[in-house]
Amino acid sequence: MRWIWIDRFVEFQSGKSAKALKNLSSAEDHFRDHFPGYPVMPAPLIIEGLAQTGGILVGEANQFQEKVVLAKIPKARFDREMIAGEQLLYDVEILMLRPEGASVLGKVFVDGVQTAEVEIFFAHLDQSRSKQIFGDHNFVFSGELKHLLGLAKVAAQSGKDSPG
Amino acid sequence: MASKEEIYAKVSATLVEALNVEEDEIKPTSTLQADLGAESIDFLDIVFRLEREFGIKIPRNELFPEAVFQGDPEFVQNGKVTSKGLAELKEKMPFADLSDFEKNPEVSNFSDLFTVDLIARYIEGKLAAGKN
Repeated sequence: MRWIWIDRFVEFQSGKSAKALKNLSSAEDHFRDHFPGYPVMPAPLIIEGLAQTGGILVGEANQFQEKVVLAKIPKARFDREMIAGEQLLYDVEILMLRPEGASVLGKVFVDGVQTAEVEIFFAHLDQSRSKQIFGDHNFVFSGELKHLLGLAKVAAQSGKDSPG
Repeated sequence: MASKEEIYAKVSATLVEALNVEEDEIKPTSTLQADLGAESIDFLDIVFRLEREFGIKIPRNELFPEAVFQGDPEFVQNGKVTSKGLAELKEKMPFADLSDFEKNPEVSNFSDLFTVDLIARYIEGKLAAGKN
């Protein structure tokens, strides 16, 4: 299974906000157990999707030079369960962006109605220390997440191309 | 300009959000780590929230300085902060109340300096400086 919890970006404003879609499909393994006959999207996976949307947003703001890691979720509120067959819109905006880290506010919408709100805090791993441990390679934005970066770039580009 | 009480109330509300504690747990003398359970990442969260709440800029290492005593080997001897170290501390953190710490300046007591009151005093100074 690939650890990608968004399907595509639909909007990307560098350093400001990003919107991504996640279609909940019955084919996803977790729905088999969560719960049998009642396929509820696990809240932590919704948070993961918001964090991937926000993490890419924060990473792109620094040209992916920083190692952006999820550090803390100060607040998470879910207004209702989200079930297989629904399409989630993850709408994330940057609240703070500093050399040490960033915080974002992520909202989930289904059919235009807000269903969840999560505050996510990212830390930039200390450049000097993480280099000693991990080397120059940026392990956060590699592999599977690179695929998302491509999607983000396409979204950003199409945003520039569209009129207005 | 905001009164002392208003600043304290806002600082307290900020800590409720950042540390997920009840408001009645927060007292002026509460230490962020030992009493309120703050972990390292929480300090950055607190800084972010204070900046937004008060509309100020808090430069890195100003409110919560890292590695104060690493600048000079003479700042600490046998686990205690020397008079030279205390002078450095006063310069870097003029908003800190060092009266108790000076009586027993063990490095291990350093984190107890970071109280709710310390943040409020820092913000007061910051807002006053902004007025000039």
